[in-house]
Amino acid sequence: MSLQENQSQFQSDLNARHRRGKIWHITFIVSTVIAIIALVVLLVTIIEDSFGYAAITYKIPPSEIAPAGTPLESMLCEELIPILEENVSPNRYRQLQNEKPFTEWSQQECYEIVVYEVGGPKAEETWSLSYSLRYANELKTYVKQKYPEGDLIFKQWLNLDFITQPQSKDPLIAGIRTAILGSLYIIAIVIIVAFPIGIAAAIYLEEYASQNRIHRIIQTNINNLAGVPSIIYGMLGLAFFVRYLEPITSGYIFGYSSETTANGRTILAAGLTLALLILPVVIINSQEAIKAVPNSLREASYGMGATKWQTVWNHVLPNALSGILTGTILAVSRAFGETAPLIVVGASTFVTFNPDSIFSKFTTIPIQIYQWTARPQDAYKNIAAAAIIVLLLILLTLNAAAIFLRNRYSRRLQ
Amino acid sequence: MAEQTKPALPSFSTIHSQTGEDPIDLRKRPRLKESIIQGFLFFSGALSIFTTIGIVFFLSEEAIQFFRSPEVSLLEFLTSTKWQPHLGEFGILPLLNATLVTSFVAMLVAIPLGMCVAIYLSEYASPKTRGTIKPILEVIAGIPTVVLGFFALNFMTPLLRGVFGNDVVSIYNMAAGGLVMGILILPLISSMVEDALSAVPRALREGAYGLGATRLEVATQIVVPAAISGISAAIILGMSRAVGEAMIVAIAVGAGPNLTWNPFEPAETMTGHIVRISGGDLSYNSIDYNSLFAIALMLFAMTLVLNLISQQIIRRFREVYE
Repeated sequence: MSLQENQSQFQSDLNARHRRGKIWHITFIVSTVIAIIALVVLLVTIIEDSFGYAAITYKIPPSEIAPAGTPLESMLCEELIPILEENVSPNRYRQLQNEKPFTEWSQQECYEIVVYEVGGPKAEETWSLSYSLRYANELKTYVKQKYPEGDLIFKQWLNLDFITQPQSKDPLIAGIRTAILGSLYIIAIVIIVAFPIGIAAAIYLEEYASQNRIHRIIQTNINNLAGVPSIIYGMLGLAFFVRYLEPITSGYIFGYSSETTANGRTILAAGLTLALLILPVVIINSQEAIKAVPNSLREASYGMGATKWQTVWNHVLPNALSGILTGTILAVSRAFGETAPLIVVGASTFVTFNPDSIFSKFTTIPIQIYQWTARPQDAYKNIAAAAIIVLLLILLTLNAAAIFLRNRYSRRLQ
Repeated sequence: MAEQTKPALPSFSTIHSQTGEDPIDLRKRPRLKESIIQGFLFFSGALSIFTTIGIVFFLSEEAIQFFRSPEVSLLEFLTSTKWQPHLGEFGILPLLNATLVTSFVAMLVAIPLGMCVAIYLSEYASPKTRGTIKPILEVIAGIPTVVLGFFALNFMTPLLRGVFGNDVVSIYNMAAGGLVMGILILPLISSMVEDALSAVPRALREGAYGLGATRLEVATQIVVPAAISGISAAIILGMSRAVGEAMIVAIAVGAGPNLTWNPFEPAETMTGHIVRISGGDLSYNSIDYNSLFAIALMLFAMTLVLNLISQQIIRRFREVYE
């Protein structure tokens, strides 16, 4: 092979190598973009289903409710209430009055309640946001043909009522107030239990334990627990907190008895289960934060004659606190989104009253999302999407708090 | 030589003060408060051990009751191809099979994409790009799995049915669940792999560049092989996560055990079955109740083995540079 041939061979090889490099470079970028697109598509899907047109049919159309053909919207509350009394069962009428005395109702509320209670609306079909915007006219003619008595209304599934109303079997008036409260109660228990124990365990492992076998076993064990699937914690919670500790978790031994307790399937049992679930994460994150505290601080404290605990309490913990908080907030946000262990522990499917104590039955936002997603009707998909937005907003707030703390923390170290 | 008697040194615990009057006691004084606190700290650390013991104990206890019942034997549990509790058939293979298929689909997505993302972030991206992309990936990892289940059912399934046809793809199918699970695991793998790649010392890269290697060659022939232990550990951990994932499969994969390799068919995974059965009315000591613990025990064993392998790989095969 002549030198020249060799040279050109080398050149073409080199070109091929560069080509390959370029192709893979693009592949790497495309993969990254795919991951980001997946996130964007996810968010778009959810927003798409939270707003859009819905075809509503009535048992009695609102235009026929009013006796003399006067438009319902312009009637006063005093005129609307008798219509309500006439058309709903006496029981339902009393129930409505118990919820809120009629004298306190605004005209808008009166109108809505009459349309709902007397008219009996039902969401027949719903459409996504982009479809609603693009084919608004086609939808109008379609609905007119298919549901001559029905209405096509643009529905914001995520609205204030959705957040403040209790759960209902009817997707048109279902809300997630009871689920939000359930989530908050459970998270409160998780924080009360997991924070002190998690931080204490981290302090023990970092500051007190000598590097012996017990220490190594505990450390390995914590790392393994962090990898146990959450559903397994649910099984532990079911067998131990719900069944074995039933007298405690249902409140019997505290003399607490109520129809709302569910044989240990209570907020307390759920909170303790989730606390165990996030404990390893809290411990590992707190350990990292404590490790980051410079040793000179400890030495200085000992030099002044402080005891071990005084050193930890007055110097190590305050310096590690924001790091610990960052890690624990992230762990709590994980607990907030957990679903499977709570289903196993025994979340209730239908809770229309606010939880009144830690011994109440519970439902949470993720449980609601699961139950609504599992139903085939269109409208449930929409309220599931609306509940997802609420959940993601809460998680976003928690994560923003964590990032804020992290930034403050890293500034202080510099 | 006469033995020199050393003058008796004052013991450390009692040093006489200059005036020779009161001895100062320098021994460690017992401090009740410190001891109590230390006890609490130790208890907190040991609690994790109790958690593990609790998991093993309760899962085994109920599982043993399950195997003791006349309707089922361990052999049948492991080899029978039917899981129909109402007919007294308890063979875990259909559930295990569905778990494997969904996990396989998930890994098919997560391993190549996760590797590519990690190589891009570690070897190609500028610090600024890395700073923007990494938080986005963390957001994906932080999305509750029930939300991803909604996504699988309401986006991925219609997409698959649009591409492959409604006759081929069922409403509930393993492919949609697996694909979305892959998206969930992608950030886990990419961040662990990126850590492993970044730990490879710069000198190795510079050496390869000096020999005329292109960037791709450095990445795939130098950096990836050097970080292979971290990469394998990440992949195994990802598998463990896929096997234990519950909500996505409970929502999107189906509600009936089905022994099939076809990812477009509905099936029920081990986790999905636990979620569905425990979501209904379940009475203690029924065979249904006990069977869930047998499944959970198996699931626990599988994930534990995967996690231990992952940890062993990191410990045994980690290349320590410098």
